[in-house]
Amino acid sequence: MAGFPSRKARGPAEAEDALAGWVFIAPALIVLSVFIFWPIAQVFWVSLHEWSVIEPERPWRGLANYRELFQDPDFEIALRNTIWFSLGVVPVQTFLGVLLAVLANRAIPGKAFFRTAFYFPSISSSVVISVIFIWLYQQNGLINYVLRAIGFGTPQPPWLSNPKGVFQMLLESLGVDNVTPWLAGPSVALLSIMMMNIWTTMGSLMVIFLAGLQGISGDVYEAASLDGANKRQQFFQITIPLLRPVIFFVLTLGFIGTFQVFDQIFVMTPGGSPAKTTLTLGYLVYEEGFRGFAMGTASAIAVVLFGIILSIYLVQRRFIKESGVE
Amino acid sequence: MASILKRGPRAGEGPVGGARSPGERTVEIVAFAVLVFVALLMFVPFAFSVATSFKTSPEAAQLSLGNMFWPREPTLAAYETAFDSNITRWFFNSILVALIWIAGRAIMDTMAGYAFAKIEFPGRKFLFLLILGTMMVPGIVTVIPKFILLRDLNLLDSYGALTVPFLADAFGIFLMKQFFESIPRDLEEAARMDGASRYQIFRQIVLPNAIPAITALTIFSFQGSWNAFLEPVIFISGGSTDLYTLPVGLANFRAQFNTNWPVLMAIAVITTIPMAIFFVIFQRYFIASNVASGIKG
Repeated sequence: MAGFPSRKARGPAEAEDALAGWVFIAPALIVLSVFIFWPIAQVFWVSLHEWSVIEPERPWRGLANYRELFQDPDFEIALRNTIWFSLGVVPVQTFLGVLLAVLANRAIPGKAFFRTAFYFPSISSSVVISVIFIWLYQQNGLINYVLRAIGFGTPQPPWLSNPKGVFQMLLESLGVDNVTPWLAGPSVALLSIMMMNIWTTMGSLMVIFLAGLQGISGDVYEAASLDGANKRQQFFQITIPLLRPVIFFVLTLGFIGTFQVFDQIFVMTPGGSPAKTTLTLGYLVYEEGFRGFAMGTASAIAVVLFGIILSIYLVQRRFIKESGVE
Repeated sequence: MASILKRGPRAGEGPVGGARSPGERTVEIVAFAVLVFVALLMFVPFAFSVATSFKTSPEAAQLSLGNMFWPREPTLAAYETAFDSNITRWFFNSILVALIWIAGRAIMDTMAGYAFAKIEFPGRKFLFLLILGTMMVPGIVTVIPKFILLRDLNLLDSYGALTVPFLADAFGIFLMKQFFESIPRDLEEAARMDGASRYQIFRQIVLPNAIPAITALTIFSFQGSWNAFLEPVIFISGGSTDLYTLPVGLANFRAQFNTNWPVLMAIAVITTIPMAIFFVIFQRYFIASNVASGIKG
């Protein structure tokens, strides 16, 4: 280790350090190697085989699993649903997070209470939240009850069992029939899970953005208002640009998180019901691998999902570099 | 992250202080009203789940006009049913699994974080980047190879499957490295001059100073294990319900008795209470974890 000029060459101590370093990381490194590094490599390998847990034979298939995937209607459905889910949830939760943070970034009474209330859903078990929302969304549940009370209609069939596309409903009301699956949009059932996800996340996003807002010095605003900038200008020309790194961070993590949605589908709409309109890529990995015992196919889906997530991450990094924020 | 752990001195102040015009006053009131509304929106589902857990099954199924929240005849029947099932066992499993995650990570992540921060050894930078890189890899991507591996190791449907793969984690190592980098070298250097070995320094000087960081790590580990679902539900679903953790038990109960709302809500309440207590005590750390590690899916 010649690269550390600040330290005097102390032969024995350096040799001791070389060994001590490895001794200290050994336990964690063993666990991570066996249960993270190895599985990451293995998922590519499995995806190239016909791999059933039951059969001892695992014939090599090359890229056939991938080719079949792109002809599989279920994969297309799952990809479509996942994209709708992500595109619907991430921008909305991010926008609401910023909005709430801006509202809360002032002297308000009961700040600690708000922080707790907003934050609590994000640390609760996803299974608990899913069960509560199944109850809220039922035919005679609280949500329909409130909608009726304020004079709105309720979806028929009820939320989580309604396969109609939301854009399809809109277009049909305008007299447009024969909508393609992509244009139909997320089903009411998927939309219900999306709204639940937004509900779960927006409070914790508010806390992240609030931390970002409080990092902006008051001097900046004072200087701007001395220069005659009004509140609106200050918001769009100071607050938003200075929050941009945090927004990028939250968007990336949001896309990564929503692209792997699984727990909520498993609990609320098993099998991706109704009519597979809540079938997502994460759930399809489970279904192919652990219901169909097609580990090879499931691994291929997992690799595609990994590829998508990695691309989102790389695109985001590029954006950050280009916009010159760090 | 440290800047978030310490609450900023300006917290609670608006961007511009000083006298407020009547217009600004209105804006403040509207902002406050919106926040109250959203806080209620966050609170109501949990409140109803508690209320429903004290109702009878028929009452829970049909919300009645004018009396939708308070149970007409409050009853503990749902909790009795819950405790008649295996829930005590699931609760115990969740606690046991959490303790093992916490212990494993407190030891392994702390040691590794210390080495990455303070010891010069060959391969240090490369290994750290490798570990950091895995934080981007979602659990669903590796769940199949993990399943195959656990099966080959004969660990499926055992406590081993619920704990061994989680004894160390990349985020915890990252967190501990950040912490150790922030504490000065002087103490250690002095001890080294006196001839203490790395191991003595770690035990006698480093560990006692690392208690706050280890506390934070403990909280993240607890949150992670308590809410874990994807891996547990896959790794132990072939065995007996005796191995279920609370979320797996709740999901399974929902799949079997899908409209027994009071019992489902009772299990939901029992699952949530330990986390709620933990949250109230360690709120600051939770928020720091969220800010540092992002959002759950």
